[in-house]
Amino acid sequence: MNGAKRLTTPLKDSDLDNLKVGEKVFLSGIIYTGRDAAHKRLVELLDAGKELPFNVEGQVIYYVGPAPAKPGKPIGSAGPTTSYRMDAYAPRLIEVGLKGMIGKGSRSQEVVESMKKHKAVYFAAVGGAAALIAKSIKSKELVAYEDLGPEAIFKLEVEDFPVIVANDIKGDDLYKQGMEAYRRV
Amino acid sequence: MRTLDASMIVPKVKALCMSANYYLGEDVLKALNEGLEKEESPAGKAVLEQLIENARIAREEKVAMCQDTGFAVFFIELGQDLHIEGDLYEAINEGVRQGYEEGLLRKSIVSHPLNRVNTKDNTPAVIHVEFVPGDKLKIIFAPKGGGSENMSTMAMLKPSDGKEGVVNFVVEAVKKAGPNPCPPIIVGVGIGGTFEKAPYLAKKALLRHLGERSSIPENAELEEEIESKVADLGIGPMGFGGRVTALAVQVESHPCHIASLPVAVNIQCHAARHKEVIL
Repeated sequence: MNGAKRLTTPLKDSDLDNLKVGEKVFLSGIIYTGRDAAHKRLVELLDAGKELPFNVEGQVIYYVGPAPAKPGKPIGSAGPTTSYRMDAYAPRLIEVGLKGMIGKGSRSQEVVESMKKHKAVYFAAVGGAAALIAKSIKSKELVAYEDLGPEAIFKLEVEDFPVIVANDIKGDDLYKQGMEAYRRV
Repeated sequence: MRTLDASMIVPKVKALCMSANYYLGEDVLKALNEGLEKEESPAGKAVLEQLIENARIAREEKVAMCQDTGFAVFFIELGQDLHIEGDLYEAINEGVRQGYEEGLLRKSIVSHPLNRVNTKDNTPAVIHVEFVPGDKLKIIFAPKGGGSENMSTMAMLKPSDGKEGVVNFVVEAVKKAGPNPCPPIIVGVGIGGTFEKAPYLAKKALLRHLGERSSIPENAELEEEIESKVADLGIGPMGFGGRVTALAVQVESHPCHIASLPVAVNIQCHAARHKEVIL
């Protein structure tokens, strides 16, 4: 990806101030995995006033359920899953400091508003580019919910993970704007 | 009457599970390359390049092209003059069990829609059996990812809705799905039959070699018209905006009741996987 920005997690507000939709970014550092089932449990903990299995402040959650790893490899194929299924839970995590999400597909207005209000961004990765994306993941460590299998929460160390800014802190939306630009009806 | 021992089926199914998930079909790869030529949006082009590169990595390293290695769906054509000694369904499920474990494919099936407990071996498979003349067994394996399956839909239209009704319903389904099913997609359409027959036809339509038109003139016309309208939506690769939203629209039909016009849309992501073997 030519002309891509480079960002390292944890993300600070100042990292997000100048990010614009459509911008390519290479992410490095630690990110956490989480899908539907794990999100449900995280929000239940928040509802009960209990501590989360990891501190979400400044962190990025990647919506992914990876395939099993080959011997000697940290992870199997690991592309993004569709994000709207996490829309019901995302605002709660953004409120407590989550700064980034990686997935595919558009987000609800509620999530977009929450990102704007609390300064967080949504990155899109290329759905189905799972073997390619796996190459940017250097290590994987279980954090919580092993019983969920591929849906457990893992801590991933990534290097130059290729994403594109889909929603920025101004409330802009790559999906809406992109489609608008090419629509002929 | 020929006899085939069910145990012969297990290794064949196991191999199909792996090869379908590692090797993207040449027809799909060709369509992605043609899409790259056609695409006007820079973001769309970048996506198509990543997908072509991803298919190469998966093929060369023998890894799953997508982490969602799908629900194991089978279309079986069973020759009437073939006797299977043993349990066909169990043989297929055992092949899935072995293929998904050894092939390092993700296990994505939960035992009940509400308890959500993973079966941990990607079984049970969904198995459709049709009888055909002859004494052969054809096994078509078509793993189906959840993201695109979730965007599929069906409706019981009125006969007066006609062709226009069908076109509008399908185009609206693609528009509503937007970026979610991982475009560029393949749109499987089933028209006619009964309430359960139409979605079955829509799924079967996805098995056709990409780029082949239906041999039924009414269906071929529908395919062309829907393809042109879908291209105008501007969704583009991954929904980032662009021209290449669908690689193909494929229609299958069946006679239907005088009162009905069932239409079903089964959306398939760009990782359109199916492989077959004949025993």
